[in-house]
Amino acid sequence: MTTAAITPALTRKDFTSDQTVRWCPGCGDYSVLAQAQKTMPELGRKREEFVFISGIGCSSRFPYYMNTYGFHTIHGRGTTIATGVKLANPDLSVWVVTGDGDAMSIGGNHLIHLLRRNLDINIMLFNNRIYGLTKGQYSPTSEKGKITKSTPFGSVDHPFNPPAVALGAAATFIARTIDVDGKHLQDMITASYHHRGTSFLEIYQNCLIFNDGAFADVTEKATRDDQKLILEHGQPMLFGKHRQKGIHLDGHQPHVVEIGDQYAVGDILVHDKTDRMMALILSEFTYRPDLPTPLGIIYQVDLESYEQQVHAQMKQAVEKLGTGDINALLRAGHTWTVN
Amino acid sequence: MSELKKGSKKALEQIEQVTIRFAGDSGDGMQLTGSQFSETTAIFGNDLATLPDYPAEIRAPAGSLAGVSSFQLQFSSKDILTPGDQPDVLVAMNPAALKVHLSDLRSGGTIVVNQANFNKKNLALAGWEQNPLDDASLDDYTLISIDMTRLVENALKELNLSGKVMARSTNMFALGLLYWMYDRPLESTQQFLAAKFKKRPEIVEANLRALETGYHFGETTELLPAHYMVPKASLPPGTYRNIMGNQALALGLVTAGQKSGLRIVYAGYPITPASDILHAMSTYKNFDVLTFQAEDEIAAVTAAIGASFAGALAITGTSGPGMALKAEAIGLAITTELPLVIICVQRGGPSTGLPTKTEQADLFQVMYGRNGEAPLVVLAAASPSDCFDMAYEACRIATKFMVPVILLTDGYLGNGSEPWRLPDLDKLRPMENHFATASGDTFNSFEIEPSTLARPWAIPGTPGLEHRIGGLEKDAVTGNVNYDPINHEAMTHRRQRKVDIVAGDIAPTEVYGDETGDLLVLGWGSTYGAIRSAVDRLRAQGYAVSQMHLRHLNPFPRNLGDVLVRFPRILIPEINMGQLVRIIRAEFLVDAKGLNKVQGKPFTGHEIEQHIRQILTDKKDG
Ligand code: SF4
Repeated sequence: MTTAAITPALTRKDFTSDQTVRWCPGCGDYSVLAQAQKTMPELGRKREEFVFISGIGCSSRFPYYMNTYGFHTIHGRGTTIATGVKLANPDLSVWVVTGDGDAMSIGGNHLIHLLRRNLDINIMLFNNRIYGLTKGQYSPTSEKGKITKSTPFGSVDHPFNPPAVALGAAATFIARTIDVDGKHLQDMITASYHHRGTSFLEIYQNCLIFNDGAFADVTEKATRDDQKLILEHGQPMLFGKHRQKGIHLDGHQPHVVEIGDQYAVGDILVHDKTDRMMALILSEFTYRPDLPTPLGIIYQVDLESYEQQVHAQMKQAVEKLGTGDINALLRAGHTWTVN
Repeated sequence: MSELKKGSKKALEQIEQVTIRFAGDSGDGMQLTGSQFSETTAIFGNDLATLPDYPAEIRAPAGSLAGVSSFQLQFSSKDILTPGDQPDVLVAMNPAALKVHLSDLRSGGTIVVNQANFNKKNLALAGWEQNPLDDASLDDYTLISIDMTRLVENALKELNLSGKVMARSTNMFALGLLYWMYDRPLESTQQFLAAKFKKRPEIVEANLRALETGYHFGETTELLPAHYMVPKASLPPGTYRNIMGNQALALGLVTAGQKSGLRIVYAGYPITPASDILHAMSTYKNFDVLTFQAEDEIAAVTAAIGASFAGALAITGTSGPGMALKAEAIGLAITTELPLVIICVQRGGPSTGLPTKTEQADLFQVMYGRNGEAPLVVLAAASPSDCFDMAYEACRIATKFMVPVILLTDGYLGNGSEPWRLPDLDKLRPMENHFATASGDTFNSFEIEPSTLARPWAIPGTPGLEHRIGGLEKDAVTGNVNYDPINHEAMTHRRQRKVDIVAGDIAPTEVYGDETGDLLVLGWGSTYGAIRSAVDRLRAQGYAVSQMHLRHLNPFPRNLGDVLVRFPRILIPEINMGQLVRIIRAEFLVDAKGLNKVQGKPFTGHEIEQHIRQILTDKKDG
């Protein structure tokens, strides 16, 4: 060991900017910000290597509050700006902060293409199932029939199911967490960071002004134990106050069973995060009142990232052709000389 | 003047310049034929200019008028700037090609046709009631009607090829014949064919034989009593190559990357006629050029903005429809004061318009087509080889001044070609940038450097410069979000000044001809060659006409206003309804007049010349 200056460990404070946070008091965004600021120092990266990029929406204010590099871009395009940042400099740790409107409506096209390309970018999708910043219109994840300012008679469109969309777009990491569960949030942020390729982390976030209680069944004391299914790779899908309930598969159909005379723990579905079919079944739990809400890593596989392949091709070109000689390039093809 | 060519029994006559148009069905390989003739002619040492013209449909119905594809070139022993006004020779591979192009041919010109294709079906498809080869309709021209199909089939007989392969080789017969007619060597095309079809030797053989058969046919046929020779042009000393605008543009970008030492990130989405730039850039990987084919135009420009934020030389390229989609993002680049180069290879609009035809109608769009007060630097290339210089210039200005720059070219420049004198790279103006490192003081991400009004380029990964930028209005120093009314006004003025200051960094434009006179022709973009040839002809006839051509459209060169007031008449020819003319009138309060054409085709020098003569004659009469 050398005695050279040891960089002092970073703390939450190092990741807190001097800007006043301007979300509504009690907004779920505060908790996510706090957990992110707590988690970043744990990741062992230099602060200057972090870049937080957002689109437009309440959550997209996030980069202003992180004392890292940050870019508050335009509606729906945080994903593509992040793509450019990561392509230009793959050594950076790039994070996209987005919402259900930003990522799944105006930026839907970019989201699916980022996921299929699998750049090593971490997406934090704050899903509050409403447009907050524009003061309360229904969003692409609002449940059908939602009464809002723009849908006084109830919305008639079917909502998107974010994990199913991500799965359909060939995402390699799909996880879900919730604003109020600090520890779980931190774990999921850490897991996103360590995943190679695009991580899609859906964060259920309460908008207390325009959609309060959207996730109350998962957060309220009275119901949460029966509504929250914490996924752990290799573990049976048990939940309930005494872990007395579980998910049983009947063909492809999941349903809730009680452990007892009829079903033993051995009958309960064991989570395999690498199983795409299981991920599809788990994503179908969304909007189903008879099934609990899965939280945790729904799906994860390891594939080479897009930028690794792009830069490998550039490296190969240099190995094969040598470092480019611009004078030779200009003279490529037929040239002739006039004296 | 005539002499006997060695080994040839026929007279070889010397002429100064020729315009040839190759026309045929889209499947007849006319683009390849024309570009081969151009390449050979360039290497031979003539000056030349080309105009490819092809349908938007990949395969319009065979034999139809809509499916006609053509390639025109003018070559000369003198300096020339346009692909020629009226062709001297029309090669028409089928009746549709003859129908579409006959009216352009100069009277007394030569028509070369493949007689075999003038059958009932093709004649009907092209709307000929009678076969024009048989009646008097072509009497004003020299008609060379040859059954190319049969001659090629005979020549390829023992190769056992399908009828389709043989038919595909007919264009090489036509090329060989034209090579004989204009005394060009076959070597360059022979080498090209051998390389292009390397994996299919039978195709190489078929094409070579067809080419040589065409050449020898010229020598032996009684249809052609003589052939012609266009001596080498006396071009300024240097090393030359023949170059298309899109190629030159890509090379200009790579050169800027190399001179700046920056990684290039080029993000694009396929669009006619700009895709060739993306194609070219994707082959320069060993020059630290990263290309990204995005999912759409918005993704392309925003990925480029991200790359710029991260410290790359970021570029995106498109055409008019793509520019419309990129507008909001370009505003973001303006307000975040990031260097970015946006290339717009214009085509006929609005909407999908005429994808393969040329137009200059995106000037207003790039100047004004964004929300808010969002000025930026606009440049325009004047010729295919000028695309190199202006691409380099766009990158230079973007990084020196920390601003987005739009470079306008068009389909005619992008696909047209001309001989290009290779630049001395040491003489190019230096590339500068504003990379920042921590100094220990508080870092202000929007504090400007007074001589360029550039803010620091503080790229992620630099310790101590962590900062946030965004599309919301920013404080003029700290870069933090700021909604203060006075700050907004100051920032709005600052964004304008960032454009204006560039005028001090560009050369004044020169007047071609006299500094004063009866009329100034002011142009921008691809009208350069046509204007110059018109002005040259008029000046030779004693008219007091001068030319000024703008390559910097925003800001204008500082001397522009002074020049404009020295001429009582200002004419602005544009391939649009009059866009620069309105800007000039508004900006300088001068009575500039437009000359406008929106046919998806460039001006001919003749059209501009006629118009000016008319104006100046009316003046005399009046
Ligand atoms: S509107 Fe809703 S989402 Fe937006 S800051 Fe307020 S509580 Fe949060």
